[in-house]
Amino acid sequence: MEMIHVEEISTSALRSRQISSIHHLRQISFTPKRSKKSEVIYKFTQQNLHACKLSLTPQLVISLFLLMGIIFVPIGFVALHASRSVVEIVNRYDTECMPDEFKSNKVAYIQDISVSKNCTLAIKIPKFMKAPIHIYYQLDNYYQNHRRYVKSRNDKQLQYGLHYIQTSSCMPEEYSNGYPIVPCGLVAWSMFNDTYSFVRHGAPLFINRKNISWKSDRDHKFGEKIFPFNFQNGTLIGGKTLDPTIPLSEQEDLMVWMRASALPSFRKIYGRIEDDLDADEVVFVNIGNNYNTYTFGGKKKLVLSTSNMLLGGKNDFLGLSYITTGFSCIFLAVFFALLHVKNQRPDHDTSHFSWTRKNTIS
Amino acid sequence: MSRGIPEPKLTAVDAMIDKLTGAIFLFQIVVVVVLGIAGNVWKDTEARKLWYVMYPIEKPWYELLIIPLRFELLCSIMIPISIKVSLDLVKGLYAKFIDWDELMYDLETKTPSHATNTAISEDLGQVEYILTDKTGTLTENKMVFKRCCISGTYYGNESGDALKDISLLDAISGNTPDVIRFLMIMAICNTVVPVKCSTGNICYKAQSQDEEALVNAANLLHMSLTNKNGSVLDVNFNGRMIQYEILDILEFTSDRKRMSVVVKDLQNGVILLLTKGADEVILPYASHGQQVRIFFDAVEQYAQLGLRTLCFGCRELEDDEYRNWASLFKEANSTLIDREWKLAEVCQKLERDLKIIGVTAIEDRLQEGVTETIETLRKAGINFWMLTGDKQSTAIQIALSCNFISPEPKGQLLMITGKTVDEVLQSIERILLTIRITTSEPKEVAFVVDGWALEIALRYHKSEFTSLAILSRTAICCRTTPSQKAQLVALLKSCDYRTLAIGDGGNDVRMIQHADIGVGISGREGLQAARAADYSIGKFRFLKRLILVHGRYSYNRTAFLSQYSFYKSLLICFIQILFSLISGMSGSSLFNSFSLMAYNVFYTSIPVLTSVLDKDLSENTVMQNPQILFYCQAGRILNPSTFAGWFFRSLFHAVVVFMITVHAYSDEKCELEELSMVVLSGCIWLQAFVVVIETNSFTLVQHLAIWGNLVGFYIINYILSAIPSVGMYTIMFRLCRQPSYWITLFLIVALGMGPVLAIKYFRYTYRPSKINTLQQEERFHGGRILTIEECESQENPLEKDLSPVTIVHNKNRNPVYEPLLSDSPTATRRSLGTSINFDSFQPIQPRFFSSHLRNLKSN
Repeated sequence: MEMIHVEEISTSALRSRQISSIHHLRQISFTPKRSKKSEVIYKFTQQNLHACKLSLTPQLVISLFLLMGIIFVPIGFVALHASRSVVEIVNRYDTECMPDEFKSNKVAYIQDISVSKNCTLAIKIPKFMKAPIHIYYQLDNYYQNHRRYVKSRNDKQLQYGLHYIQTSSCMPEEYSNGYPIVPCGLVAWSMFNDTYSFVRHGAPLFINRKNISWKSDRDHKFGEKIFPFNFQNGTLIGGKTLDPTIPLSEQEDLMVWMRASALPSFRKIYGRIEDDLDADEVVFVNIGNNYNTYTFGGKKKLVLSTSNMLLGGKNDFLGLSYITTGFSCIFLAVFFALLHVKNQRPDHDTSHFSWTRKNTIS
Repeated sequence: MSRGIPEPKLTAVDAMIDKLTGAIFLFQIVVVVVLGIAGNVWKDTEARKLWYVMYPIEKPWYELLIIPLRFELLCSIMIPISIKVSLDLVKGLYAKFIDWDELMYDLETKTPSHATNTAISEDLGQVEYILTDKTGTLTENKMVFKRCCISGTYYGNESGDALKDISLLDAISGNTPDVIRFLMIMAICNTVVPVKCSTGNICYKAQSQDEEALVNAANLLHMSLTNKNGSVLDVNFNGRMIQYEILDILEFTSDRKRMSVVVKDLQNGVILLLTKGADEVILPYASHGQQVRIFFDAVEQYAQLGLRTLCFGCRELEDDEYRNWASLFKEANSTLIDREWKLAEVCQKLERDLKIIGVTAIEDRLQEGVTETIETLRKAGINFWMLTGDKQSTAIQIALSCNFISPEPKGQLLMITGKTVDEVLQSIERILLTIRITTSEPKEVAFVVDGWALEIALRYHKSEFTSLAILSRTAICCRTTPSQKAQLVALLKSCDYRTLAIGDGGNDVRMIQHADIGVGISGREGLQAARAADYSIGKFRFLKRLILVHGRYSYNRTAFLSQYSFYKSLLICFIQILFSLISGMSGSSLFNSFSLMAYNVFYTSIPVLTSVLDKDLSENTVMQNPQILFYCQAGRILNPSTFAGWFFRSLFHAVVVFMITVHAYSDEKCELEELSMVVLSGCIWLQAFVVVIETNSFTLVQHLAIWGNLVGFYIINYILSAIPSVGMYTIMFRLCRQPSYWITLFLIVALGMGPVLAIKYFRYTYRPSKINTLQQEERFHGGRILTIEECESQENPLEKDLSPVTIVHNKNRNPVYEPLLSDSPTATRRSLGTSINFDSFQPIQPRFFSSHLRNLKSN
């Protein structure tokens, strides 16, 4: 940025002259020699510290906007390219997996234990997908950020288990049958329980379900020796049940689920396919469609996506907005430049300086 | 009498901030109500379907209140509590800057300027009226006896100094009785105490500068007061020792305007009443038969020269008369109720049939830089009123000599005269008419009013007088009492003007306390005024710097600081509101409680505090273009419309930050803690750039604070991210490793600041305010607006004119004014002089009565 140095020559000259006598006077009494530090303090007390002024000259502003445009447009294209290079397949299955006879009463279907919830989805791979391919489930219209919901958990309990008994934040899923629940709270209780298994060329495709949670969660947030206790034993079954023999620190689905989402539409990782998928290949997914999103009209989607270094998943937004912003900046720069050329007012003409004063109130 | 109970002062800026806070509070209530209702509706229609939220079916009656209260909690940060702390801090610093300022350090008396009241510096920049005392404020209050007129003979007219006038010295050595009596009054009609100095000479300790000047002059004229032993005075006249016994002292009050002593000449036992006082209270009591015309002429002549006059009178008292009176006096002295009034009444009985001895003229020189200060401040649009206890012609003369009013034909002086209620009314109406006619002409109209007419005007014609006060930019009020001064301040305040009262003496204390800003000059009349004042300065000329530099900067800085505080609080609040729209209107907070707390306390408070060092224009530019103060006076920098700009800026920034983050961190990346930290970082970055774009001059401190704060934000969050038990554990490490985090922030800054910069640039270049124009000037001239020489002549009164302005001694000057109206000072004087009508000139009694009434009322 161009800074215009304003050496307040006149002021300092004046000051030094006018104050010199004072200096003289004071120097005798207080400070025989002024060190650099006290000089700064002195200047501070006199509100006379060396200052740069930032002046909005046409040159500065126009070049600033131009520079911004020049920087933004390429970044935008790079980001857009990165985003477009990601292959992403989104399949909504909550309606697909609904048997025709239940189409009119979806809630009855999902709550009926006797009905089989399995369904198979055929996914055609449009483009070559390089491993690792992330498998996400996406929920829409699901408010993990709802105040009642997001607060209903207890991180201390997740770490220390039953030793930690102040779990009132977990209401209304704190106790069941008179015993505390581990892990308590609505978040854990409502854990997503759809299952996916993949079949390729007639053989099951291995899905790596390890390392899908944050390492910090495994190491420090979820206890190694804490086992689920009294979980999903109530009258109302929310979501997934947990294997009580596996400690929380290894329950990666739980960890993923318990990282609450800020938006009502979100994806959470299910696992990774560690093989490349070729174009035009067809992959069959066996879905256990257990999770109830039908009462509130939420959508469930299965997402397969590769990733890239720059942005992670597919996201055109940043690229597009960078390009738009960049071009707007260039446009503004051109606009201001034209304006500047057109309005070459006689610079620094103070003859028109008239002071219109507030009229006296009569 | 001179002291009142000072009210706590509130600056216009503070009042405006309070008003804006009220508006924001209303807005907050509206938001809470609207969101609360929407939240309840959403809960009943949608949230009950969300089985995972598990809303209970049975709900207590207060359930409806929960969501609005949640929103109230979320929105409570809308009103920044930190603003009070920040404002107190910066106000303290403004005051310190005044204390430290070496350009306002009085070398002569070695007094620095001092801000006693640290809370009202902004008001200095919004002053519209300055009410100034004359003696000691505009003048040096260094009284020097210059001339006298004894029984019709003028002394000192030729040489300009009576002490060197040979004819006077001759008269003294010739023992001319009137001259001796005159000297005697000079020496003993006072309350001066002679003390032995360290040098062995006699020094005088006097309460009044005039008395000191007179006693000193008498001393030089061989009539020296050598000792005061109880009530016995030793006077050494030409080596002869004369002793007087003081029987009674009839004290000076500002209502009586005179003082007397009753002395007994111990040589011959004669009891004498010696009186000195203002001409209008002495000359009317001259004994019948004495020709007082010459004294009127003398007073007039001296006043024309700007000299302070005192008339001397005396009377020999019969023993009986004195004894009768003394008992009355004793009685009055011991009353408890209305003592002052009763005493005055008794004194009045004695002070009559005086033999007028003479008139003294005392010079009080103008302080240096007064003329230039008044001129500059007047250019800055500040109106000046001079309130003085002096007589009219002296006041006018001083006013002329210090550019307070301009001589004809540029200026016009209008008099409010009249002894009765109707006369005063007529006079006021006539002046109103004249002013309204002449408003089209570029004339400086000033009105002059004396204490008596002022009293009537204030009591009976307040509305007329008020409209006159509004119309007239300059006024001279003579012979005013301390309470009248305070009343005038109150009058201007009632018209919503910001008033600054400046004075040096005890009689200005009430005015100083009543005005929005009281400035005391720590002068010779003691520190009474300086102690009561909000600011004390050593010299009148520092007022210019106090107002134009300190006042103006303070106003600008506070305006920025307060609006910025609202901006940042609104920003975070708008984001919370936006978040609640996508979190099911449940009132969830996007930010964790620590971030919310730290946002106001650490992240956003420090950079803006450095605005105390910001200067939009250099001091020189302001001094040379004092008109720029108009922006402060009119409140152009902090008002509802500028505030609306900040309001919408915060709304815009909230939308930018939130929308970008939500879109950039969608799908698999929308983890709550991460997203909230991205939003928070976006806010902090925008804050930093907003401060940058609103700062005019960057010192190192500002750079340190702005960028250091940004670094500090990351340090704090890195530390928090390293603590496993905290919810934010590892969040910041994760974010900083993601390129998309930085890309997002960059976009937020660009989209948030781009439009702001574009608009600001457009305004600055194509719709510039006067401030912008001056800034461009400064830049063009590289900070030097004028050459050094020009600056010196403007800036440095010390070098410009080492000999202070003295009053022009021009005997042959024609009456300065050629007023349109017949009631000019000279005209009145003339008519008074020719036909002395004492019956209509008896202001004393009713004056006392009225002030008595006033006292009763104020009690």
